[in-house]
Amino acid sequence: MLRYVFRRLLTAIPTLFVIVTMAFFLMRVAPGGPFNQERGLSPEIRANLEAQFGLNDPLWLQYVHYLGNLLRGNFGPSYNMPDFTVTELFAKGLPISVQLGASALILALLLGSVLGTIAALNQNKLGDYTVIALATAGSTIPTFVIAPVIQLLFGLTWKLLPIGGWGDGAFINKVGPVLTLALPQIAIVARLMRGSMIESLRSHHIRTARALGLSDWSVVVKHALRGAILPIVSFTGPAAAALLTGSVIVETIFSIPGVGRYFVDAALNRDYTLVMGTVVVIAIFTIVFNLIVDVMYAVVDPRVRYD
Amino acid sequence: MLKNMLKATVFATTMAVAAGAFYSPAFAESVYNRGTAAESESVDPHKTSTVYEANVLRDLFQGLVMQDQKANLIPGAAESWTVSDDGTVYTFKLRKDGTWSDGSPVTADDFVYAFHRLEDPATGAEYASMLYPVKGAEDFNTKKGKPEDMGVKAIDATTLEVTLKAPTPYFLEMLTHQATYPVSKASIEKLGADWIKPGKLVSNGAYTLAEWVPNDHMKLVKNPKFWDAATVKFDVVNYIPTEDRSSAMKRFEAGELDSYDDLPTEQLADLKTKFGDQIHVGPYLGTYYYAIKTDKAPWNNPELRTAISMAIDRDFIAEKVWQNSMLPGYSMVPPGIEGYTPAMAKYAEMPQIDREDAAKKILEKLGYTPEHPLKMEIRYNTSENHKNTAVAIQEQLKPLGVDVTLLNTDTKTHYSFLEQKGDYDVARAAWIADYKDPETFLGISRKASGNNYSNYNSPAYEAAMDKAAAAGGKPEERMKELSEAERILVDDVGQIPLLYYSYHDIVSSKLHGFVDNVMDVHPSRFVSKD
Repeated sequence: MLRYVFRRLLTAIPTLFVIVTMAFFLMRVAPGGPFNQERGLSPEIRANLEAQFGLNDPLWLQYVHYLGNLLRGNFGPSYNMPDFTVTELFAKGLPISVQLGASALILALLLGSVLGTIAALNQNKLGDYTVIALATAGSTIPTFVIAPVIQLLFGLTWKLLPIGGWGDGAFINKVGPVLTLALPQIAIVARLMRGSMIESLRSHHIRTARALGLSDWSVVVKHALRGAILPIVSFTGPAAAALLTGSVIVETIFSIPGVGRYFVDAALNRDYTLVMGTVVVIAIFTIVFNLIVDVMYAVVDPRVRYD
Repeated sequence: MLKNMLKATVFATTMAVAAGAFYSPAFAESVYNRGTAAESESVDPHKTSTVYEANVLRDLFQGLVMQDQKANLIPGAAESWTVSDDGTVYTFKLRKDGTWSDGSPVTADDFVYAFHRLEDPATGAEYASMLYPVKGAEDFNTKKGKPEDMGVKAIDATTLEVTLKAPTPYFLEMLTHQATYPVSKASIEKLGADWIKPGKLVSNGAYTLAEWVPNDHMKLVKNPKFWDAATVKFDVVNYIPTEDRSSAMKRFEAGELDSYDDLPTEQLADLKTKFGDQIHVGPYLGTYYYAIKTDKAPWNNPELRTAISMAIDRDFIAEKVWQNSMLPGYSMVPPGIEGYTPAMAKYAEMPQIDREDAAKKILEKLGYTPEHPLKMEIRYNTSENHKNTAVAIQEQLKPLGVDVTLLNTDTKTHYSFLEQKGDYDVARAAWIADYKDPETFLGISRKASGNNYSNYNSPAYEAAMDKAAAAGGKPEERMKELSEAERILVDDVGQIPLLYYSYHDIVSSKLHGFVDNVMDVHPSRFVSKD
């Protein structure tokens, strides 16, 4: 297993290299640059700015410089927020996005699994229909609708939560964003869980377990759940990568200083270094979480071995 | 064990909830939670370019001159100044009690250093042009001259002499811009790039920078060393960027924000009903215009440009598209500059229906009818309101035989295209005043201006602008000349002014000293709360 993990991590290096290279050159293909704005700059002032950031060098040289800096762990300065380096922006924002994303993911996995299991055990009964209806609603109502509704109900009407802001990480400031992030994920997990649980409950080994006279609890929790959880494990990888790196909608509506907003803002502002930083972070998260999922598979399902 | 853990959790949660009462005033501190629609880019006066950091920097620093609650010029770091008879030499006497937040005196040397730093090509200051009227400044910035040749010198610790290339009556107004604020030479030399960090930033304004969490808040605390600290009411000013305007309205309603500098204009009518006098809307020095390619056929025909401009129903756009958050505009210089009368388009007073008839006649004369339509493309940068404006114009011009197509691109692409003088017909643009003078609006239509997207080139206009510049020492005559230059521009339809901007703020009725003005300038030092 360790050899497998090591091999996977090694193959991630060329993958990252290809991603960085493609992103670097694709960004430069987009028209406009970091210093195009409503108020036009004179050619001389633009030249001064470009010289300051090394943007007057040939593109290949800029690429070589960028790779060199990246190898030293230096993501460069942000063009649009020159008081901060990209590393500083991520150091401030990433822990916040990770906190919210991890809370939402854990909530979704726990609640979604329980709801899905309840639905499967009550197939075609009221409990099942209720969960299906809620899951359908949860996965179809977009977050840009859920978030303002939460603000309106919990913030303005009942005055239980703040409307927005991070509040130095106060618990109460996290409730709204975590709920908004978690709701669609709860719905997805519940639906996945319901389907795989129904399938698992119909399998031969469960029938055998029942025939052997095992208790319902033992059959469901010890035997059926183990098989049913595999699709959830597969789902967790990309979901974790997406949730932990922040959501632009949730962060914008709740004024959360995470990194999710940089993905869009940096691209629109042609803040090349910040865009590259976000690409690298997302790529690393995706690679790592896919690896974790594969390892988890082997842990959950003894039939899967990677050696 | 479990019981203890539960107790600890409950305690921790209670503490977190208590601490999470947002930036609530602790120990009777007076706090101003000031909402802004966007994050500041930098707190280095020489690296800024947006109005969002202008507000912050106005609180942190003090230039030679500043603005009061009504955006009128008042002494800042300089307590007085004299101007030579020829209008080219300004001698500023700095306050003797003016100090930096570290207690050291603000000296004329600091200003010399700051002015040199602004113009130094290595600084890469976007607003270096703000000091171009100073002798030698442009040469230094464009690598043609040396810093020591700049017309700025310290006569003694509290006397600064600035020599201009030519009389520039708006020079003092320009000095209200954040790019011209002083920076502490000692601090920059000691800390290097870190001089700008919260807790380290040495400034000479009413506040100092305590914290900055990008996209969350910037906390400014009262500077006890500020010369006028006794009159500063708030101990803390939190700048809170809230990009989503609907969320901002809810935050204001919940009391999380005391003021906010934008509104969801599409909800303006409802907001007025709901918040009453707390909604502040009024004229702001900014013009929303369409640049029109004056050097390309058929747009090089002034008659055609006039017909297009006449046919646009600005009242409809202002009222329906912008919900009265903009005002119909017929001149490049918006009203509101003291001593200046904008030159309005001659058809401004005509009923819209007559304008359309006249426009139709011109178009028919030029051979454009619904059967043989004129093709026109409008480029605009992404925004729901820009789109709606273009769609309205498309509909308004259709019956006159103008076939309008729309092209939307993101802001960077849009302005990059315009700056490269790309091939287009009509493009959305805007100009917001950096200082209160007509020159800021008229300069963009000069032949050499990088912002002259229309490529407007009129010798008569250039001559009139030169004449106005030559009348620098005589303010009344200068304003008259500028108005005459604008008359040429407007009659030529060098640009198509459509709307004047308006400020739209929401301000708690508990705030005092937040006075409406055409620059939408509200220094926190003059604001207080019940």
